Amino acid sequence: MTTAEFALTKSIDARGMACPGPLLALIGAIRQGQIGDTFEVLSGDAGSRTDIPAWIAKAKHELVDVIAEPGFARFIVRKAR
Amino acid sequence: MPARVVVLGGGVGGTLAANLISKELGAEAKVTVVDATGMHLYQPGFLYVALDQANARWLTRDERTLLRKQVDLVVDEAKTIDAAAQTVALARGGTLPYDYLVLATGSRLDRDAVPGYADTHDFYSLDGALRLREALRRFDGGRILLGVAGIPYKCPPAPVEFVLMAEEYLRKRGVRKNSSVTLLSPLNRAFTIESASKLVQPIFDRRGIGLTTFFNVESVDARARTVTSLEGETAEYDLLILVPPHKGAAVVMDSGLGDAGGWIPTDRNTLTHTAHERIFAIGDATDLPISKSGSTAHFEAPIVASRIASFIRGTAPKAAYGGRVMCFLETGGGRATSLRFDYAHPPIPPQPSRLWHWAKWIFNRAYWVTVPQGRVG
Repeated sequence: MTTAEFALTKSIDARGMACPGPLLALIGAIRQGQIGDTFEVLSGDAGSRTDIPAWIAKAKHELVDVIAEPGFARFIVRKAR
Repeated sequence: MPARVVVLGGGVGGTLAANLISKELGAEAKVTVVDATGMHLYQPGFLYVALDQANARWLTRDERTLLRKQVDLVVDEAKTIDAAAQTVALARGGTLPYDYLVLATGSRLDRDAVPGYADTHDFYSLDGALRLREALRRFDGGRILLGVAGIPYKCPPAPVEFVLMAEEYLRKRGVRKNSSVTLLSPLNRAFTIESASKLVQPIFDRRGIGLTTFFNVESVDARARTVTSLEGETAEYDLLILVPPHKGAAVVMDSGLGDAGGWIPTDRNTLTHTAHERIFAIGDATDLPISKSGSTAHFEAPIVASRIASFIRGTAPKAAYGGRVMCFLETGGGRATSLRFDYAHPPIPPQPSRLWHWAKWIFNRAYWVTVPQGRVG
């Protein structure tokens, strides 16, 4: 599946950006967005594989998909509330 | 006729870019800086003012004294930018035409976005730092919480630095025993960079500093003295210190050049506006998910200056921003560590030591005669 199949509100390329990092960038986008918005975050940081799903579960948003790419992953997230 | 370069914003990025373009091109360019106040603020100093470690006087200088004499300074507010006509309209009337425009417009605090904010404190403006200093001087015990009420925000290490330094401050004042200090972290650890977080966590443990994770501040109830997160949790406080929400400059938003938060869509390497090749962005103003800090602006300004100089001379620009950032993280007790990284190299912070504390101290003191002029790279 490619990200073209999601109606993305915004794509955030956080690859190589250690600070503030992919999860903070995602939280910022969700805070700014509307319910139903879909965001894509690109991260090459291995920690994102656990950090991003853990926050989404805690904050009760929806992890639509995680797509593995060479050297990074695409996290597709929908703002649920 | 010399090329016209207009720089909006007289902070670290705008001042350095203007000086470097002027120095490189001489009579080939007419460089104009537009700044609403004409005063340059050294924002990293707010933390020290709030904690009674520095006098507010050393944080401000007249912007004119920091610019090369060949650079024009217009003390006025830029109201709107017409990217098609290549002009900037000023608040007091008149327009400035440009061939190249540098947006170093920084970020604004948006305290009103948080219900109940008036009952809180912060160290993200000089007034805020002075008010917090008074509150801390009067503080005689209780629960201090520090939370983050918006992302992105300036200086990602600042919340960690603040709680570490505040704990030490309370000990020195003799009120630590009947107090608690807790960081409400937006993440599942103390600090965004995992390696730095691992370094900081044992210090939190040793000094009894609390850590609440995944707590992104949403609202404050001043009557109940509670703060609630967007994750749905609530915590009680006696003194609540928040990192306020930030947004981009009004001129960017009013000109349709930013996203919903007012941040400028910027190419991560060329630092060009993604829709306008003659407009560049530096520092806090960009939408890049990198640190909003003076250091970022400091390392971006030479790239923008070099690219503009190449365009004006008709040569292919070679300079590209590689994501370089360098900052210090105070851990209290006269010790600090340093964070140095770029897009390709994650940070490997050294153990906190007196060396880095003194390096930060010297940098703070030497700032006025080094960074704006481009004397340190």
